Amino acid sequence: MSRRPFSPKVVTANALLEGDAIWLTRDDRWTRNMAEAELITDEAVADDRLLFAMSQPDVVVGAYLVDAKDTGNGPEPIHFREDFRTRGPSNYAHGKQVEGV
Amino acid sequence: MYKYNEFDEGFVRERVSQFRAQVERRLDGSLTEDEFKPLRLMNGLYLQLHAYMLRVAIPYGTLNSRQMRQLAMIADKWDQGYGHFTTRQNIQYNWPKLKDVPDILEALADVEMHALQTSGNTIRNVTADHFAGAAADEIADPRPVAELIRQWSTDHPEFQFLPRKFKVAVTGSPNDRAVTKAHDIGLRMVRNDAGEAGYEVIVGGGLGRTPMIGKVIREFLPQAHLLPYLESIVSVYNVLGRRDNKYKARIKITVAENGLDEFRTRVDARFEQVRAQFKGFDQEILAKIEQSFAPPAFRSAPETDYEAARSKNGAFRAWTDTNLAEHKAPGYAIVTVSIKAHGATPGDTTSEQMRVLADIAERFGHDELRISHEQNVILPHIHKSDLPEVYAVLRDNGLATANVGLISDIIACPGMDYCALATARSIPIAQEIATRFDDLKLEHEIGELKLKISGCINACGHHHVGHIGILGLDRAGVESYQITLGGDATETAAVGERAGPGFSADDIVPAIERIVQAYLEHREGPEEIFLETYRRVGMAPFKVALYPEKESAHAA
Ligand code: SF4
Repeated sequence: MSRRPFSPKVVTANALLEGDAIWLTRDDRWTRNMAEAELITDEAVADDRLLFAMSQPDVVVGAYLVDAKDTGNGPEPIHFREDFRTRGPSNYAHGKQVEGV
Repeated sequence: MYKYNEFDEGFVRERVSQFRAQVERRLDGSLTEDEFKPLRLMNGLYLQLHAYMLRVAIPYGTLNSRQMRQLAMIADKWDQGYGHFTTRQNIQYNWPKLKDVPDILEALADVEMHALQTSGNTIRNVTADHFAGAAADEIADPRPVAELIRQWSTDHPEFQFLPRKFKVAVTGSPNDRAVTKAHDIGLRMVRNDAGEAGYEVIVGGGLGRTPMIGKVIREFLPQAHLLPYLESIVSVYNVLGRRDNKYKARIKITVAENGLDEFRTRVDARFEQVRAQFKGFDQEILAKIEQSFAPPAFRSAPETDYEAARSKNGAFRAWTDTNLAEHKAPGYAIVTVSIKAHGATPGDTTSEQMRVLADIAERFGHDELRISHEQNVILPHIHKSDLPEVYAVLRDNGLATANVGLISDIIACPGMDYCALATARSIPIAQEIATRFDDLKLEHEIGELKLKISGCINACGHHHVGHIGILGLDRAGVESYQITLGGDATETAAVGERAGPGFSADDIVPAIERIVQAYLEHREGPEEIFLETYRRVGMAPFKVALYPEKESAHAA
């Protein structure tokens, strides 16, 4: 039985203090700018990175893996929900779209 | 209005200081998120898409000016200068920081407010008719009873871990403005043939994944039996309710699976035990509570200024036509302040607007304000002679939109602009529909039309009971909007019927326009509102309007 190829992913979560969306970088930081996130193309690495994220309960809440695509300018979201998380709400200029991240 | 007694005050303060310690322990790492989450939810603190969200209860929707000003202060000091009024008479702050939340709760306690039991599997904020204590059609003010239920259910040891959340609504009027039939328990104050006051008890209503209209479990419950009877219902549910499946855990499923008769038999049996434990103390408390809801001292004054302003000023007249309701005291009116300016976010109020509303309430409105489940603010007691001045102040602050009950008076949940559970956005759809119909200058001609939008199947936007309901879904990674027609939130409650396949975000506004056009073509006259036309002609003409190609292909 052939497995479905692994689609590239990023690790994302909410920051414990502010509650806003954050992504895990290659050098183990959390960034508020998704373009700086680590795009993971290997399933075993993805599981490993998620465990790493979940081992930081004093920094992040609710870490999960989610599909992303490579654009040459860093990873970008595929699903509209993840897209909204990079910007903030559509009814006001609040959140990331004005925080200069 | 009701004032906290020492017990209420001490209890709320104690809970705030407990939560302060819990937040500290979370921040220093001694509590994990798994440990902390239930604790924060007990205090109304959610983690949403972009930030934490604090849900504050406004019991039975009633506020005084001091409380409203405090809500404004909190919005300015710890949030982005606004708050969102919800369909369950709560206010939500969308941007609090975790470390600030204990201070916010303390500020709420200063004005006798809290965020307790606005989440979790408990008895939630008790809601009531937003015209309570003012409506001309009212048998009695439902708020004393709502307050009694609040006191009974807050921190009730048996009911902190129910199978699922539990919502109670009360109305004192035959015209149901509190959506009692879509609650776990709905109470309608009635009088029996002997003229005694009591309640019609409705059980097992609810929206969400499996929408159901509540069923009458007791046609007439004497007033003195209320708490023991409620306790019996919740206690039978607590035992029978399914904890194995979240989607089957609400009381509506318990009642449906066991049958109303079986459920009633068990409640009656339980009631025989429970009522012995209530020794009339609850009635003494109720009598005390009732005193704090004594009506204000209404004054009598001529209404000539009001009539003169109406004939002189067309905009004022239009506003009085849509935004006033009949008051029980002569010379008075109930003012609904629309929080639905065309293109604005339904239910969102800036801190400045909150202060303006507080000022008006204090100057002209016997210091009373209400929040409606339709996400508007009510000034329940305004003398008609003051209306021209009240209107002028509202207008200067962007609060005089004359659209109450019309198509742009939309209920919309926060949807995917904020809510972590959402499957699509609702706010932009509401904004576009309101703007479109304002451009068309058609909404007054259309007349009463309740449009309600939810951003997921949980139905916080009450879409099932909208005359037109819109449900936002995720269809293969694209926002898609499903339409239901013929829903009704009142005493003639009905769940809307699905019209057919959904529409994309771009196509949903034109689709709504086609529905309205079909209504205008088919109605017998302007006095037949949308819902009546729908009930008379059924779904067919609306389907033709919505899906022209498909329907003509079908006919060919
Ligand atoms: S209906 Fe869904 S999207 Fe809307 S507020 Fe409720 S849970 Fe969130």
